[in-house]
Amino acid sequence: MIKAILIFNNHGKPRLIRFYQYFAEDMQQQIIRETFHLVSKRDDNVCNFLEGGSLIGGSDYKLIYRHYATLYFVFCVDSSESELGILDLIQVFVETLDKCFENVCELDLIFHMDKVHYILQEVVMGGMVLETNMNEIVAQVEMQNRMEKSEGGLSAAPARAVSAVKNMNLPEIPRNINIGDINIKVPSLSPF
Amino acid sequence: MALKIVKGSIDRMFDKNLQDLVRGIRNHKEDEAKYISTCIDEIKQELKQDNIAVKANAVCKLTYLQMLGYDVSWAAFNIVEVMSSSKFTFKRIGYLAASQCFHEGTDVIMLTTNQIRKDLSSPNQYDTGVALTGLSCFVTPDLARDLANDIMTLMSHTKPYIRKKAVLIMYKVFLKYPESLRPAFPRLKEKLEDPDPGVQSAAVNVICELARRNPKNYLSLAPLFFKLMTSSTNNWVLIKIIKLFGALTPLEPRLGKKLIEPLTNLIHSTSAMSLLYECVNTVIAVLISLSSGMPNHSASIQLCVQKLRILIEDSDQNLKYLGLLAMSKILKTHPKSVQSHKDLILQCLDDKDESIRLRALDLLYGMVSKKNLMEIVKKLMLHVDKAEGTTYRDELLTKIIDICSQSNYQYITNFEWYISILVELTRLEGTRHGHLIASQMLDVAIRVKAIRGFAVAQMATLLDNAHLLTGNTQRNGICEVLYAAAWICGEFSEHLEDPKQTLEAMLRPKVATLPGHIQAVYVQNAAKLFATVLRSQESTPDTTAAQETSQLMIDRLPLFVQSANLEVQERASCILQLVKYIQKLQQKEVEVAEEVTALFAGELNPVAPKAQKKVPIPDGLDLDAWINEPPSESESEDEKPKAVFAKEEPKHTRSRHSEVDEKELARRREARKQEQANNPFYIKASPSSQKVYQDTPGVEHIPVVQIDLSVPLKVPGMPLSDQYLKMEEDRRQKEKDEKKKKEKKRKREKRARGRHVDSGPESEEDITPAHHVDIVTEEMPENALPSDEDEKDPNDPHKALDIDLDKPLTDSEKLPTRTHRSADVLKSPGGDGDGVSITGEPKKKTRKEKKEKKKAKDKERMRSAEDKKTKKKHKHDPEEEEANIHEVVTLVKADETQSTEPLPPSVSAGASDLDFWLTSDAAPSGIQEAVAATNTEMPTDADLGEVKDMEPEEMKSKHKKKKLKKEKEEMEKKKKKKRHHHHRSDRGEAESVQNGTMEEDDEEPLPPMSNYCLLAENAYVKMVYDIQGNLQDGSQVVVSIIFQNMSSSFLKSMEFNVLDSLNSKLQRPEGATPHDGLTVPFQLPPGVSNEARFVFSVQSIVMPQKLKGTLTFIVKSDDSSTHEKLDFKLHFTCTSYLITTPCYSDAYAKLLESGELKSSSLKLEGVTMPFHHLLARICFHHHFSVVERIDSCASMYSRSIQGHHVCLLVKTAAETVSIDAKCDELMLLENVLEEIKQTFSQS
Repeated sequence: MIKAILIFNNHGKPRLIRFYQYFAEDMQQQIIRETFHLVSKRDDNVCNFLEGGSLIGGSDYKLIYRHYATLYFVFCVDSSESELGILDLIQVFVETLDKCFENVCELDLIFHMDKVHYILQEVVMGGMVLETNMNEIVAQVEMQNRMEKSEGGLSAAPARAVSAVKNMNLPEIPRNINIGDINIKVPSLSPF
Repeated sequence: MALKIVKGSIDRMFDKNLQDLVRGIRNHKEDEAKYISTCIDEIKQELKQDNIAVKANAVCKLTYLQMLGYDVSWAAFNIVEVMSSSKFTFKRIGYLAASQCFHEGTDVIMLTTNQIRKDLSSPNQYDTGVALTGLSCFVTPDLARDLANDIMTLMSHTKPYIRKKAVLIMYKVFLKYPESLRPAFPRLKEKLEDPDPGVQSAAVNVICELARRNPKNYLSLAPLFFKLMTSSTNNWVLIKIIKLFGALTPLEPRLGKKLIEPLTNLIHSTSAMSLLYECVNTVIAVLISLSSGMPNHSASIQLCVQKLRILIEDSDQNLKYLGLLAMSKILKTHPKSVQSHKDLILQCLDDKDESIRLRALDLLYGMVSKKNLMEIVKKLMLHVDKAEGTTYRDELLTKIIDICSQSNYQYITNFEWYISILVELTRLEGTRHGHLIASQMLDVAIRVKAIRGFAVAQMATLLDNAHLLTGNTQRNGICEVLYAAAWICGEFSEHLEDPKQTLEAMLRPKVATLPGHIQAVYVQNAAKLFATVLRSQESTPDTTAAQETSQLMIDRLPLFVQSANLEVQERASCILQLVKYIQKLQQKEVEVAEEVTALFAGELNPVAPKAQKKVPIPDGLDLDAWINEPPSESESEDEKPKAVFAKEEPKHTRSRHSEVDEKELARRREARKQEQANNPFYIKASPSSQKVYQDTPGVEHIPVVQIDLSVPLKVPGMPLSDQYLKMEEDRRQKEKDEKKKKEKKRKREKRARGRHVDSGPESEEDITPAHHVDIVTEEMPENALPSDEDEKDPNDPHKALDIDLDKPLTDSEKLPTRTHRSADVLKSPGGDGDGVSITGEPKKKTRKEKKEKKKAKDKERMRSAEDKKTKKKHKHDPEEEEANIHEVVTLVKADETQSTEPLPPSVSAGASDLDFWLTSDAAPSGIQEAVAATNTEMPTDADLGEVKDMEPEEMKSKHKKKKLKKEKEEMEKKKKKKRHHHHRSDRGEAESVQNGTMEEDDEEPLPPMSNYCLLAENAYVKMVYDIQGNLQDGSQVVVSIIFQNMSSSFLKSMEFNVLDSLNSKLQRPEGATPHDGLTVPFQLPPGVSNEARFVFSVQSIVMPQKLKGTLTFIVKSDDSSTHEKLDFKLHFTCTSYLITTPCYSDAYAKLLESGELKSSSLKLEGVTMPFHHLLARICFHHHFSVVERIDSCASMYSRSIQGHHVCLLVKTAAETVSIDAKCDELMLLENVLEEIKQTFSQS
């Protein structure tokens, strides 16, 4: 089981949190802080597994994370998950984000937290891995987005126009999480 | 009203949406909190509006704020409102918010039950999907109970997308509502063989989670999983299954034997590291579970260790880490095979990665022997010095202590060395583990008598230099060691060289800064030291020294009397008064030393930590019985003497103060005694326990060899332990020489070592401890119970899921379905009690079953089957008929699943089958399959039904797709439909083709036609195919293949593969190599056919082509299963690249006039069929449409997927048909004509 999925940036700012077990909000923040402290002090060339998050889980739980450019993707899992499998899942998730947002960058996650959630929902459900095939995930997400669009119809047009205007002056921040850049050497789980 | 809506939507434009909120927060970095609080106020306003869109927007923003740590539970009701919106967009927002912030304590959850039920049964699959996803995060016991049945129905949904979600969520439902597990389990098991890989993977996932916690209930599924393991190619599924087997093998060693071979094969064959790693892990689990007696046992271990070594040596840190992790599992049972890789592991200790160092540390635990302990610890001590982070250093510290103290200090040959290591460790600043070191010091000093002299000397030094330890801060954990030091110095003060000096050290004013509990020990032990000092001083003639000592005590103790800590205060004032009294006696020249020492006389024995728990209740002692006669009822109420022993104790506290009667005192005394017994530092009065102690080899009689070392330097801060290392080497050398001479003496030593004789695997006979240490065994009460079980956590939710799943379902276990209140009421009087008694019963049954032999089991099975029948009859009780029709349907459905379940003997007799499966080592494949086959019997039946159900569904969807694709022309549509009818016409539905343009009634009906032509066939399967161009993509064609099962066996795992040519390629999922086959997404029960489609990409379409391919599949009959294959040749005709496209005559004329087309012609002789048949054939087989027809002349048109125009002019005269054709690609045209010619020559 996956107990929690956390995405935060290099400064520990949460970009997405998803707990599959109830924690009160302040506890959640504490967990994020703790996890950030554990993860952030590690070099990029050390292993991606980490034990010893004291607030979440306990001895049976592990933190499995990946660091892409400005973002950390951390999964807290118990011993029933395969470590390498989860690493691969993170990769699938990020690649899916990349596909859905077209060159995903931190800004996409900042401004579209809800969409990231919807994508995540097609990958992991209630702490269990739902789908690992990226094409399938993307297809389902797109179908749902299409539904949303068709529902929006004319009535949503003015709002969309306004938000397009608002979006024009987004602060400029280097884009691209650049998954291609960091060559991740994970044994491939070829045929899912 | 309408105006209001318009106004609302205009207002909405200026509301902040999520992006605005985020942007706002980013622009208000300095006063973020203030900005957010104004935003929350806005949100509250928005939530008050009627417009659901506004509300949804507000809820969306709240979800974001929740992530930032703001409690948004106050909006729970609004979230429910948004969830219940009919629009998917808003519903999704609502469910997302709910999944982020609802939990079991959220009270509005109970309002959602009906909404969720509605969404679950929504015709839109994404509504259902969103509801399932949300529910998986906030399901409560109530929701689980109310919705279990709805979700169970969804497990058989037609859409795999819903099926997989429904299967996954069942796990959450089971956790919250364990009663649903048994009724839902058969269906869950069915899903293990779902045609959709996603659903299958979900089912495996759920069962693995369940089985991990209660593996024994899932043993009977082992054959099924075994089959999946050997047939599945999905690595996710494989990993889960292999992990599951790892949990199952400890329960059934025979399973392990069966697994070794396929797992070893996988280890050799797989390229996926994750799979390899899990295989190794499970092999290890198997080997652990197997006692020796396995022929190639050591070979497997070697294989594992060897593979792990490869992982550890890999440059990828992740693999290194996992390798070490798995290695530590082998270590527990096969330490020797790991020990040979000591070099590698020590090397990992120097790794820059902390996680890896920690894992290597774990391994070290098993690497030590008497020979290398000192060496290894020395290395660790170096790391301790180097380590910067406190966590890693603390970890090192505990590991050092673990390694040294493991199995009762088995590997320590020189305790002086150990004590000095402990003393060195005290120099670590800021460690959390001071108490650990302290308890080791105490333990060693108490249990190793020979070391006390040395230990006391070291402790005295520690006390002398206490300022070094406490120097920095109060919270410095290391000061805990002073607790031990003070106690050891006090308790064993007779070993002190200069007790007076130590006493002074203990009474320094600085001590008052130590934590209270340590001060208390200081004070108490100062008194002990005082006694020792007095005795030594009184033996000398000079009495002033003794008086000075008393004065010292009297001077210093008042500091402690003023302590804020009660314990310190009490002890200090007690002792102060005592010393004052002593001083008075001394002044009268009375000898007091004897009496003062008597205060602290007696030896302390170590007591095992669990000793108290293990004391059995003696026969005849009833702890609940009254000791005295219970007081009569007439006594006044407020005394309530009953309560003294009863549970109402808390209530009684008020009166307790006032009346401490005899009984109360006795009780307290008892409690205190128990407390003391638990405390290893209390002397126990019980003579019996001392007897046990005396049974151990008499401590006093062990010859204690003189320690012939010079006393080590007592300079604090100097590493002492290193000296021992050298000394030890010298000593061993010396001993080796001596050994030869003193063979006799050695024997005696050996006996004296007592516990060491049965030491670890390494033979270390030749290393004798430096001093003869008796490790005093911890005391245990006599006839202590041997049980060593640790109780499981009673709060573990998985405990409730420990349910026997092989037993047939009882009626009472049916999941609650929606019923009208009236029916409910009617049922309850009888049903309620019934349900309770039945659910209670099964547990007993299972226990019985285990004891009884198979015969009895069979009988019981019969009986339960009979039960079922009678119960079925009950089903049609009049009360049931009151329920509405819908319920009846669901009830009957549930009944069906239940009644079919126990019928196949394999299911209810799962356990015996398992035995059969496991014991059949001789012919594993055959029998295993047999069992597997019987096991799948039931799912097969269900599958049959499902396939039938799905077929029309599929047809429908096909139609839909086509409709979307094609133009709206009526004629076109009709034709399409017809084609579908036609491939069915194989099965005898004769139907006439009516081409849109010629509906003349007088013409003869057309013979049945089918575009599906035979691809290949053998005894098992027949494949017919049709190729259609894809209008949307000019480079794609779709090959539809109907697979028909011709045999009486079950066909499964069909894989379709084609050798790609340069021009045409099978489209495979991303990541697949050109040699991978495609799995046919269904299985075929006997006699059933189904259609699958494969997409090919083509480059050039002007030439026909043939592609070779193979279909591989598994044929499974009742007693065997075989791999079969069927080769075929796919023929891509040029016609198949043509798409029926209508064309109007004027456009057609223009096209012909344009002059860009090249022409060709064809003559067919001896064609006897009517002209309209001829045209229909060309239309049907070659995808043309008729543009115009005049008597015996017709113009026809078609278009290729790449946009080539093909025009035909067909004329007939007296059995001769001439076709003039034009096309912009001559090659294509000629090939098409050739194909047309063939069509007519065949007929």
